[in-house]
Amino acid sequence: MQSTPHEDEDPTVISLRGATASLGSRPVLRGVDLTVRRGEVVALLGANGSGKSTAVRAVVGQVPLTSGELSLFGTDFKRFRQWSRIGYVPQRTTAAGGVPATVREVVTSGRLTRTRFGILRRADKAAVEHALSLVDMEGHADASVNALSGGQHQRVLIARALAAEPELLIMDEPMAGVDLGNQEVLANAVRRQVEAGTTVLLVLHELGPLEPLIDRAVVLRDGCVTHDGPPPEAVGQHALPGHDHVHPHAAHDAEPLRTGLLS
Amino acid sequence: MGFLNDPFMVRALIAAALVGVTAPAIGTYLVQRRQAIMGDGLGHVAMTGVALGLVTNTSPVWMATLVAVVGAVAMETIRSRGRTSGDVALSLLFYGGLAGGVMIVNLGGSSTSKLLGPMFGSITAVAPEDVTAMALLAAFVLAVALGLRRQLFAVCQDEEFAKVTGLPVRLLNLLIAVTAAVTVTVAMRIVGLLLVSAMMVIPVAAAQRITRGFAATLGLAIGISLTVSLVGTTATYYLNAPSGAAIVLLAIAVFMALTAVSAPLARRRAAASRAAEEVCTRDDVTV
Repeated sequence: MQSTPHEDEDPTVISLRGATASLGSRPVLRGVDLTVRRGEVVALLGANGSGKSTAVRAVVGQVPLTSGELSLFGTDFKRFRQWSRIGYVPQRTTAAGGVPATVREVVTSGRLTRTRFGILRRADKAAVEHALSLVDMEGHADASVNALSGGQHQRVLIARALAAEPELLIMDEPMAGVDLGNQEVLANAVRRQVEAGTTVLLVLHELGPLEPLIDRAVVLRDGCVTHDGPPPEAVGQHALPGHDHVHPHAAHDAEPLRTGLLS
Repeated sequence: MGFLNDPFMVRALIAAALVGVTAPAIGTYLVQRRQAIMGDGLGHVAMTGVALGLVTNTSPVWMATLVAVVGAVAMETIRSRGRTSGDVALSLLFYGGLAGGVMIVNLGGSSTSKLLGPMFGSITAVAPEDVTAMALLAAFVLAVALGLRRQLFAVCQDEEFAKVTGLPVRLLNLLIAVTAAVTVTVAMRIVGLLLVSAMMVIPVAAAQRITRGFAATLGLAIGISLTVSLVGTTATYYLNAPSGAAIVLLAIAVFMALTAVSAPLARRRAAASRAAEEVCTRDDVTV
């Protein structure tokens, strides 16, 4: 892990203070505080439209803040340039490119941040192969990404983020639309990263197979943080205010559903 | 090989080779981000530059390059703003460029027929100074399209991800647009401004009938395009037709041939991958 020593003394990896953001005229974040410390695994939970996805996209600079402060690795966002320390897994889009690309080509694009002028050295190629093996996709390296299932596609996007060997992994709904088998592969890959000391911030629809890894859950509702603390118990997530399910506005005593993996 | 004794034909073949290599090199990125129409628009915009060159007696190639680059920057700005009215703005730019070219030529006392060469390409149109200009422009296009291929691939594949890896996405987008504009003028003499977009798109579409990866598509598209450009230019020598038409029709023929070949190939691959997936999964178990 390459990093400048003086910043390693600061344990705060992500610091978001009083963040507000709007999509068009609609306020989506209304004063969100979010702190992630080194080595933590933090889940952002909340209903659709609660602002959880906007919050992580704000953290990586893809949604401009209208007010508030953001710093990454102790550096004010405006001056932050060490992007190779971050591995980002955006929400999976269904739109494929107009030209086919192999799994390895897509994963390699995640390694560019560690290269000079995009020239791949032996270590870079090895990192790409390692990232492929972390998500059990080494056997599909030369397959076209357009031919993959949704779960396999998600594994590729995670490998792409891991190819840079990031210290901080930021994932937006990594389990959405992923079948149980693929969820377990993904959970294993994330577990190995966490064991190696990687910090993780992820948006989740429900805790699912990642539950044992999560140190802290931050629950958003209407653009505000309503819970910041230990992750809710197995069924407890459904009892949280603003929980998100097939019955969006059901009463708190509604019977929790155990399924709903395909959100 | 009698046609090689004519100096104009040697120049035409050099020009054809330059077009053949550059058009799909940048076209692959345009197709990847579903912006194939951009080459067409730039061709229209470049008409104003050609007209300015004809009327002011300066080099039409350099004038077209200048105007197309300005148009490309404008188009990229409109695209990156992501406004819904973007295609109206693009239409204004495209057809304004074409109409402007026709108007300037006529007001300057020339005949509109002088625009036909630049529109559809001609093997006799390549002047010695054009070859130098085209070679320089082609070198720029290849330096960008091949030298920065990993960065451009990342940007065209997933722009948001590319931004978060710290790539200078705005600069790279602008570079793609400017490179496409330069390619348009490289292609102007042989393929023509109205047909140049075909050479950015059709070889790429043909290649991806049988390829699975980006680098393979890029390489095969360049191979196809180079071949049809040289063959089409040579055929034109005997047929006395606009070279652009011959080249584009040949490219379409290659596309159809590869489509015919690829259908059974795709079926076999699909069957193979289905067979590979046929294992018991826990999803099969009904609880």
